[in-house]
Amino acid sequence: MKDLLWLIVTLPFAGALILAVAGWKLTRAVCAIVGVGSVSLSAILTLLVGYEFLSDTTPYLQVVWQWFDVYGLSPNIGFHLDTVSLIFIFIITFVGALIHLYSAEFMWKEDGFVRFFVFMNLFVGLMLILVLADNLLFLYLGWEGVGLCSYLLIGYWYKNPKNGYAARKAFIVTRIGDAALAVSFYILFMSFNTLNIQDILMEAPGTWTVGSGIAVATAFLLLGGAVGKSAQLPLQTWLPDAMAAPSPVSALLHAATMVTAGVYLIARTHVLFEIAPIAQHTVAVIGAATLLVAGMSALYQHDIKKVLAYSTISQIGYMFLALGIGAWSAALFHFMIHAFFKALLFLGAGAVIWVMRDEHNMFKMGGLWKKLPITFWTFLIASASLSALPLITAGYYSKDKIIWLAYASDKGSKGLWLAAIVGAFITALYTFRMVFLTFFGKAKAEPTHRLGWMITVPLLVLAFFSFAGGFIELPGNMGHLTLVSNFVEKTLPATTILTLQPSTELIFQIISAVIVLVAVFIAYKLFFNKPFPAAVPQRNAMQQFFFKGWDFDLVYDKLIVEPMVFLSKINKNDIIDKFYSGLAYITRQLNILLSATQNGQLRWYAMVIATGAILILTIIFFP
Amino acid sequence: MMLVWILILLIGTGLLAWLASRWGTFFPRLISLVGTLSYFGITLWLWLGHDSSIDNEGWIISYTANWMPSFGIQFKLAMDGLSLLMLLLTSFLSVICVLVSWKEIKTRVGFFHFNLLLELAGITGVFLALDLFLFYFSWELMLVPMYFLISIWGHEDRIYAGKKFFLFTQASGLLMLLGILGLYFIHGQTTGVYTFDYEQLLGTVIPKGTAFFLMLGFVVAFAVKLSTVPLHSWLPDAHTQAPTAGSVILAGLLLKTGAYGLIRFALPLFPEASHQLAPLAVLLGVISILYGAKLAFAQTDFKRLVAYISVSHMGFIMLGIYSFNEMAMQGVVMQMIVHAVSTGALFIIAGSLYDRIHTRDLAQMGGLWRQVPKMGTMGLVFVMASMGLPGLGNFIAEILILIGSYQGPFKVLTIIATLVLITATAYALRIMQKVFYEEERKVWVIPDFGVREMIVMLSLTGVILWLGWYPSSVLRMAEVPVQKVIREVTMSKSGKKEEMGGVDKDPVYNVTELLNIKSNDNKNENQAQTINSIKTE
Repeated sequence: MKDLLWLIVTLPFAGALILAVAGWKLTRAVCAIVGVGSVSLSAILTLLVGYEFLSDTTPYLQVVWQWFDVYGLSPNIGFHLDTVSLIFIFIITFVGALIHLYSAEFMWKEDGFVRFFVFMNLFVGLMLILVLADNLLFLYLGWEGVGLCSYLLIGYWYKNPKNGYAARKAFIVTRIGDAALAVSFYILFMSFNTLNIQDILMEAPGTWTVGSGIAVATAFLLLGGAVGKSAQLPLQTWLPDAMAAPSPVSALLHAATMVTAGVYLIARTHVLFEIAPIAQHTVAVIGAATLLVAGMSALYQHDIKKVLAYSTISQIGYMFLALGIGAWSAALFHFMIHAFFKALLFLGAGAVIWVMRDEHNMFKMGGLWKKLPITFWTFLIASASLSALPLITAGYYSKDKIIWLAYASDKGSKGLWLAAIVGAFITALYTFRMVFLTFFGKAKAEPTHRLGWMITVPLLVLAFFSFAGGFIELPGNMGHLTLVSNFVEKTLPATTILTLQPSTELIFQIISAVIVLVAVFIAYKLFFNKPFPAAVPQRNAMQQFFFKGWDFDLVYDKLIVEPMVFLSKINKNDIIDKFYSGLAYITRQLNILLSATQNGQLRWYAMVIATGAILILTIIFFP
Repeated sequence: MMLVWILILLIGTGLLAWLASRWGTFFPRLISLVGTLSYFGITLWLWLGHDSSIDNEGWIISYTANWMPSFGIQFKLAMDGLSLLMLLLTSFLSVICVLVSWKEIKTRVGFFHFNLLLELAGITGVFLALDLFLFYFSWELMLVPMYFLISIWGHEDRIYAGKKFFLFTQASGLLMLLGILGLYFIHGQTTGVYTFDYEQLLGTVIPKGTAFFLMLGFVVAFAVKLSTVPLHSWLPDAHTQAPTAGSVILAGLLLKTGAYGLIRFALPLFPEASHQLAPLAVLLGVISILYGAKLAFAQTDFKRLVAYISVSHMGFIMLGIYSFNEMAMQGVVMQMIVHAVSTGALFIIAGSLYDRIHTRDLAQMGGLWRQVPKMGTMGLVFVMASMGLPGLGNFIAEILILIGSYQGPFKVLTIIATLVLITATAYALRIMQKVFYEEERKVWVIPDFGVREMIVMLSLTGVILWLGWYPSSVLRMAEVPVQKVIREVTMSKSGKKEEMGGVDKDPVYNVTELLNIKSNDNKNENQAQTINSIKTE
């Protein structure tokens, strides 16, 4: 079965190719079957390959062909399967297939139905390349490819210039990170003469000393790439705007593909971060800062999708925090659970927006829990998971592990723990604010239609995993089940934990549980059944600041975008060309001057000859 | 003799097409199509017949005949892997050019095709000539037909653009003639043999200062063709005003003669002087990359925008060549090919849009995706190619040049050049946005790509994808010639170093040697890996 690994990647591409070439001739139903079927087949194959892989978890390399071979750089088109990439391809294909199924109904009436599925299939295929590539250059192919697909899908409704702007912003901002990543390749190739990931990881600790300049520089460059794709500070600004995409795209982008690429990259190159402690610490700090900044912004949004966007940034911040403190398995565990509940939240929000005639403003919704029961209950489960309601949700087990390790890991600290716990409070607050505003209170508009099975089935499946997915990894004092950690630690190192009193963990668990419950209670007090006007809420200056995402956009616009555009505008006609046209102008003036002397009048010629003769004679006789 | 037949074929077809114009416009087109197709067939046949694994540094085919023996001038043509790749590119694009002109050119069709084929003959001559006089002859032969192509069949400002093109190329060509003559006389004086033969002139001992100035003659001519900033300003005008086929030839082939000249002549003839020039050349290359990208972003004329993309891409060639590194040089060869394909395709799209809506102004376009989805898809592919998206050929070229030149002494400049990843995204996405996305600013009722246009675009797409996923077919072919050039350039340098005391302070060449040893080890490892892994069909 393992030798079918290449087929998992190829199937989505094959789907995209069929649709791109023949899509305009096929009926919508056939297109949907091709689009959804290709990814679903991938998901089934992944399960089969994964099942076989569980019995023998030695990494498996499949080289399809050699890409090129120049001067020592000989990357393959090759796939490397180990426990980490298996988790990722499972999430990508499985969640991806559910989202595809949902899209078949959601996008049914759109004009560019075929185009949509071509891009979605490509998106999944390229993400699979990203996580399976055995060398950095091939990884980079997937890396840039998902950037392209996100651009195409964010700008899917291309008629609105705003969507185009959001799409370009996403691509250009992530490309800043990509440039940093590319530079890291130069350094890695110079030092190791290969870009093969496993070779580099093997050689790096022997070649570079811990904390040496080159190691730190490389790790920071890799981090730059990760920060761009995963929308962390300071390159997070593209993600909230990316909400211009259709909701299934947001679900795919936030859960299965794209934004988790950065988490994958850091986990994959973990050795390079371990020999650059400053860089690894920076990962944790960036994660902690991001989760607070984004969480604060999420609190003041009125657009339901924007709340979710900021919440993604914030949750990825948790993953970065985990990566930064060496809690590799905790990061991947949270990635997995987050994929389930975040996909579900976006699909649920998409369904709500859809039946409310494209209404994004939560203040104009309300009372939907009776009218959309399946959407409401699944959305509630996902929200509970996102807020990490103690004991009963998957999100609790994954997030609480990170919060605990932020303190207990040898690389953790009180500051990081504090950020994580405050983040947890904010998360629960904005999540339940969203739930109460959207589903409770007085109904302000009627839903237009009921949802079909292609939408409800993915919601139910994802709800099950958002609830039950957490029970495969339990804390030490609650059953101590470590399926995920064991699995991940076959590839990544285990987390080093400080020796602490056994009761400490319990105390920390109680603190975080209480804080979450308090937050839910406050949200209940503030937003449950309150008669808010059905409009965009009023905000004071500080709320506006948070609403605008801490004005990062403003700063970037003033500092970078506007000067660049201004420079481009004033130099549109290329100042260098002025030199040549100046040259031409002078030549022409001289030409006019000289041709003026040839006026055809005999007296003028006679005078010139005479003057010339006098001048020459003067020079000769009076030297 | 095969090489001579190619030239005869091209010129003969051109004359025939001109003659045939008295029987209407169809025959000149047909004759040109047959001629260029057979040219393409010949180069394909040569390519398939060439086994690059047994390449032994000799010429694959060569032909020598006396031309003006009293001056030491021969009619000497030869082809190695590099020239073969260039011929393949030339012949491929020549078919494309005839096809895109099929409906666009309506006046003086016969004369147009005569000029087109004469131009192609000149370019082919440049890629094959091994006698400096013959090279200069071909170089000038490229000039006149292109001048006519721009000035007769071009757009509104064609006269100005044609003149500008002519003056820039002619002035820089004269500098090259000075360089050639200087080399000729110095070689004659030192050895007593007055000859223009490239292989004999190699290794001429020239006083240091003189060598630099002679080389500068060559380099200026090549840099003008490569449109290196600040010698680039003819290019936007010429590209914009030329008819589509003219733009394709300009961008796809004429610019490449500059790169080819640097690799074939400037570096091997003046290795030491090239090292002196390297910092300046690399600096100008990096400036071209970024400045071109920035100007491309600012343009409102579709073709002018694409023209500045060319400036940016040609900067990579300058950077790669003067890094004196095998990997970067391989990237340069790749860049020559993929740039021709990607930019050529963008010019074809701009041209066919112009045919339909009679404007190149981006402000008048917008929302065209709905009307012309095929054109939009093709536009997307080549816009992505020109911003260096992996999976398409341009990525291979750019990453090889960048990684390669980072191994050399110009690390900071290479990192600065990497910024183009961001600026290129900005200009590339601007094309998509202004042309195909947003609301329609004017309601155009226009047909999508027809069968002929789709054949052209799909073949270009096929090439760019093939080079993106399996670039070995090109890289392997270029390997031996590139290694030869690199060795010629680096040998002189390390030889000089030994005279100076043997201490090699320059890190490049240490790395070069180190990498050579390592690369062999690496290959063995790879083989072992490949055996371990199970190959699938």
